[in-house]
Amino acid sequence: MAAYLARRLAFSVFVLWGAVTIIFLVLRLVPGDPALLILGSDATPDEVAALRAQLGLDRPLLVQYGAYLADVARLDFGPSYRLSGDALGLVLERVPATAELAVVALSLSLLVGIPLGILAALRVDTLTDRVVSVFSLIGQSTPSFWLGIVGILVLSRTFGLLPSAGTGSPAHMVLPAVTLALPFLAILVRLTRSGLLEVIHEGYVQTARAKGLPERVVLFPHAIRNALIPIVTVVGLQFGTLLGGTVIVETVFSWPGIGRLLVDSISHRDYGVVQAAVLVIATSFVLINLVVDVLYGYLDPRVRLAGRA
Amino acid sequence: MSVIAPPAPAEAAPAAGPARRPGTARIRFALTVIAVYVAAAVVGPVLLAYDPVATRTADRLLPPGSRTSDGGLAVFGTDQVGQDLLAQMLQGARVSIAVGVATLLLAGLIGVVVGVVAGYFGGFLDGLLMRLADVQLAFPSILLAIFIAALLGPSVVNVVIVLAVSNWVTFARVVRSQVLTVRGREFVDATRTLGAGTWHVVRRCVLPACVAPVLVVATVELGHVILAEASLSFLGLGTPASTPSWGVTIANGRNYLAEAWWIATIPGLALALLVVAFGVLGDALRDRFDPRLKSL
Repeated sequence: MAAYLARRLAFSVFVLWGAVTIIFLVLRLVPGDPALLILGSDATPDEVAALRAQLGLDRPLLVQYGAYLADVARLDFGPSYRLSGDALGLVLERVPATAELAVVALSLSLLVGIPLGILAALRVDTLTDRVVSVFSLIGQSTPSFWLGIVGILVLSRTFGLLPSAGTGSPAHMVLPAVTLALPFLAILVRLTRSGLLEVIHEGYVQTARAKGLPERVVLFPHAIRNALIPIVTVVGLQFGTLLGGTVIVETVFSWPGIGRLLVDSISHRDYGVVQAAVLVIATSFVLINLVVDVLYGYLDPRVRLAGRA
Repeated sequence: MSVIAPPAPAEAAPAAGPARRPGTARIRFALTVIAVYVAAAVVGPVLLAYDPVATRTADRLLPPGSRTSDGGLAVFGTDQVGQDLLAQMLQGARVSIAVGVATLLLAGLIGVVVGVVAGYFGGFLDGLLMRLADVQLAFPSILLAIFIAALLGPSVVNVVIVLAVSNWVTFARVVRSQVLTVRGREFVDATRTLGAGTWHVVRRCVLPACVAPVLVVATVELGHVILAEASLSFLGLGTPASTPSWGVTIANGRNYLAEAWWIATIPGLALALLVVAFGVLGDALRDRFDPRLKSL
């Protein structure tokens, strides 16, 4: 297990290094001068030159990369050009709001998505299965920003049941969480259904049936537990989609999280905050996948032993 | 409680007629919907002209079914500058479908090249390219798209680049695994024994084997790409306001929810239906041609 852990940890560090490098390359490869991009087109040449020197843009690319890695390692993304305070601090302030939203949406998806998937698989090819499958397809195909707008229109504006923006009460959470959860929930329904349909024909499930176990025992400890193992990995991977979704959902509902800060900073060319926000989201994603991998290795011994051969 | 099924009566099989291939009805439904959209995108803007800079203040925010000041019928209503919403959506269909197809061509090209190189030549290159793919998969793709789009600025070409960069990995992985399977087959060895060069083997033996899985992936991804384009445009990072894709129209409508519900809702419905059609088609094609790709 220790070797498996070490391998996963090394991969996580590698992925983060890759993310930092991609950010660096994209920033430098984009046509146009980053200093000019930050200052806007009405800056004087002197101001641009000063900022270029301050950002180290007049040095060779490899030197810049080294300096950049050092800054990132010291968690220094510089100050925000728009808001007072350093970029990373501003981003970290917003973490609780986004985490709250993501956790509620994730719980909602798991609590509704997995049972619905199980239901559809157990009643495969019946009306229930069809309805659940169609619901899942529509959930995956509907743009979440549009769903949020329709939610605001119907539940807030027409019936006045729920607040359409901001935070403060559990009622404020309902629309954003449901909007964020729905695409993820739809994927979970689909995966649970197909996963369970696959194992239900396995030998050990037939054996369980053949030896006369009640259907309840056949399903829960035998079929469903094994069907859920691959879902753990997918939940980890798809969690990235959910984190990306927060950017859109927070914009629609004026939710004060990282996503909205990211979009606001982009429109104000506040690149320090943009980089810090992208890295914070990427880091949390990598950490969650690390936890998922460890969990997976624990649930399924074949995985942690596989790399040794 | 399931029991072993009794052997089917011998005459049952012929009575069922020729076995229908799986998914025929779904493929027909999806192709019909997609054909209607493509026809609307190609012909629509010709029939119902859309001028992105025109403003007709007399016709602002008319509800669906209203008559405009020049006597025309605004089937889906008008927007905040008096533009006919249907005309704008037909133009938007052009933009969204064109961006989607262009993105897939670019992403598919990158993916197929990377997949063939990694799978066929293996070794160091394979390791390097696949680790790159792993890193990118470990990074939420919409986040990467937002980041690059933020730096490049809104334009149709940039959206295609951004979405292609965040979508090539799926193609590369599928092609690589297909190449690995084909590479060891006897007919490939035979071709090589007869003196065929690398390029000939890749072109005549390896690439044809990749066509079916690539088409399946492309269909599934096309829906995703159209959704991603709409999301980027909604955030103001996709197509510019002068090229109104559906995402741009929905974003505009968001500011007029109180007065004009139709601007934001109708294009979203149109978008969802198209993405559903691609989802259905992708699933059906996969069931028919390549059941192994189930996890996509």
